[in-house]
Amino acid sequence: MAAISREEVAHLARLSRLAVTEQELDRFAGQLDVILQSVARVGEVAADDIPPTSHSVPLVNVLREDVIVPGLTRDEALSGAPDSAEDRFRVPQILADEE
Amino acid sequence: MSDLIKLTAADLAGKIAAGDVSAEEVTRAHLDRIAEVDGRVHAFLHVDDSGAVEAARAVDAKRAAGEKLGPLAGVPIAIKDVIATKGIPTTAASKILEGWRPPYDATVMTRIRDAGMVMLGKTNMDEFAMGSSTEYSAYGPTYNPWDLTRIPGGSGGGSAAAVAGYEAPLAIGTDTGGSIRQPGAVTGTVGAKPTYGGTSRYGLIAFSSSLDTPGPVARTVLDTALLHQVIAGHDPRDSTSIPLPVPDVVAAARQGASGDLTGVRVGLVKEFSGEGAEPGVMAVFRDTVEALTKLGAEVVEISCPHFQYALPAYYLIAPSECSSNLARFDSVRFGLRVGDDGRNSLEDVMSLTREAGFGDEVKRRIIIGTYALSSGYYDAYYGQAQKVRTLITRDFTSAFEQVDVLVSPTTPFTAFELGARTADPYQMYLADLYTIPTNLYGGPAISVPAGLSEGLPVGLQIMAPTMADDRMYRIAAAVESTVGTFAPPAL
Repeated sequence: MAAISREEVAHLARLSRLAVTEQELDRFAGQLDVILQSVARVGEVAADDIPPTSHSVPLVNVLREDVIVPGLTRDEALSGAPDSAEDRFRVPQILADEE
Repeated sequence: MSDLIKLTAADLAGKIAAGDVSAEEVTRAHLDRIAEVDGRVHAFLHVDDSGAVEAARAVDAKRAAGEKLGPLAGVPIAIKDVIATKGIPTTAASKILEGWRPPYDATVMTRIRDAGMVMLGKTNMDEFAMGSSTEYSAYGPTYNPWDLTRIPGGSGGGSAAAVAGYEAPLAIGTDTGGSIRQPGAVTGTVGAKPTYGGTSRYGLIAFSSSLDTPGPVARTVLDTALLHQVIAGHDPRDSTSIPLPVPDVVAAARQGASGDLTGVRVGLVKEFSGEGAEPGVMAVFRDTVEALTKLGAEVVEISCPHFQYALPAYYLIAPSECSSNLARFDSVRFGLRVGDDGRNSLEDVMSLTREAGFGDEVKRRIIIGTYALSSGYYDAYYGQAQKVRTLITRDFTSAFEQVDVLVSPTTPFTAFELGARTADPYQMYLADLYTIPTNLYGGPAISVPAGLSEGLPVGLQIMAPTMADDRMYRIAAAVESTVGTFAPPAL
């Protein structure tokens, strides 16, 4: 049985903001199925009572010294933006005209 | 071709400090070499000729003024394109960042500049460091200097090929699942993954934040250690940076070069000593283990029963983290924007931009990660992989109660031909079979050239406990002292 269907891949691509093509869906569905069937092997390990590890360094709540250090200027921060206006990042419209 | 390009970084630094050669001459020799061979190797995505000469002249001026120089001052270095370099194009080999010039330096880069080292340029890689062959670069593959029809490993194939092909004596790589060590193994160079948290991730374009580790690439163990010393150490800008002194890896490399391993206990990972690897790789591995015994090491077999689940666990954890990290490529703050025609919504522009800007492997991993983190599958996939990560860590800690280091081949096969594994992505993943456990545990590991199989390099991997990076350098230097170094045929 396939671990993942073409429809599921299309749904995940939408969630991931990837405007994938029909050809990509055809290609990815089979490839992702092979990958998921392979990685599903983690399920063979009896690990119900094992705590998860998210990170190998046991540091928590790391705070820096409360001192002012130089940061990027506004122009530097905007220097890589595809579009900017009035010292801000400019984005395409978020709300439709009728809203 | 200048003889300068064949020298080690340690020798170059010594000659520059002594005034036998200027930093500018050394830099120009390497820039000439790049001009001569990189059309065929394609190790570089960007060469900064003028910046390199300028940095070299600054070192020469300092020396002329009688200022003290650092141990690698004036030595050229190539930087993997996933490291932010101020004002210099940084793309992570992706179209989505084409033309981006970071407004800041990564900490690793700041330390390299402060050491008076000379950046030659940025090296090719698999897009966003996802891959094992550098074939997933959006700017075309890199070719292995040992055989230009074969891959140089990945993701750091450009850094390894630049060093193997004498285009640079040193390079920086990043290792998330083996991206420094596997290219080192297949190009006959040395590559070290420091302890996670031992080198700063600040300014490293994130792929999998709990695994990504920058580290050194060189042709000798001592050179690798010298570069390790320059880039390692606590960084307040990285909250996972370990606030402890850097292990003395340079002293360890010098000690190991004596070739005496009396009293050192070496563990052979039972699960990685047989099936899955090419016979030629296993033959070199067995010879190297025998050489270790002759140097006085005590070799025992150690079982790490959960290592066989490292690959599947990694290919859930890394894509999960990547699907989150790569959300930042949203066409707003940097990089590409596609479809902004005044009619498409922000969401449409994001989707069109990411579709146009990401390559297939990146898309596959984002989709896998999104799947593994979705509510219905989280426990079975991501959650379970994190528990397996705990068990792999326990395998390591239990092993290190019995032995000082663990060894295995670095990768199951030598450099394969371009195109051999791109049709089936999972076949590509198998290149990282032996390197991944260390990343999940967080400890250091190094690949050192161990021999040749059918004329192609084979690496030995040495894995050490967290913050015991010096141990692996000692063993690696001892291996080098007995098997020597390996040079590719003339390009």
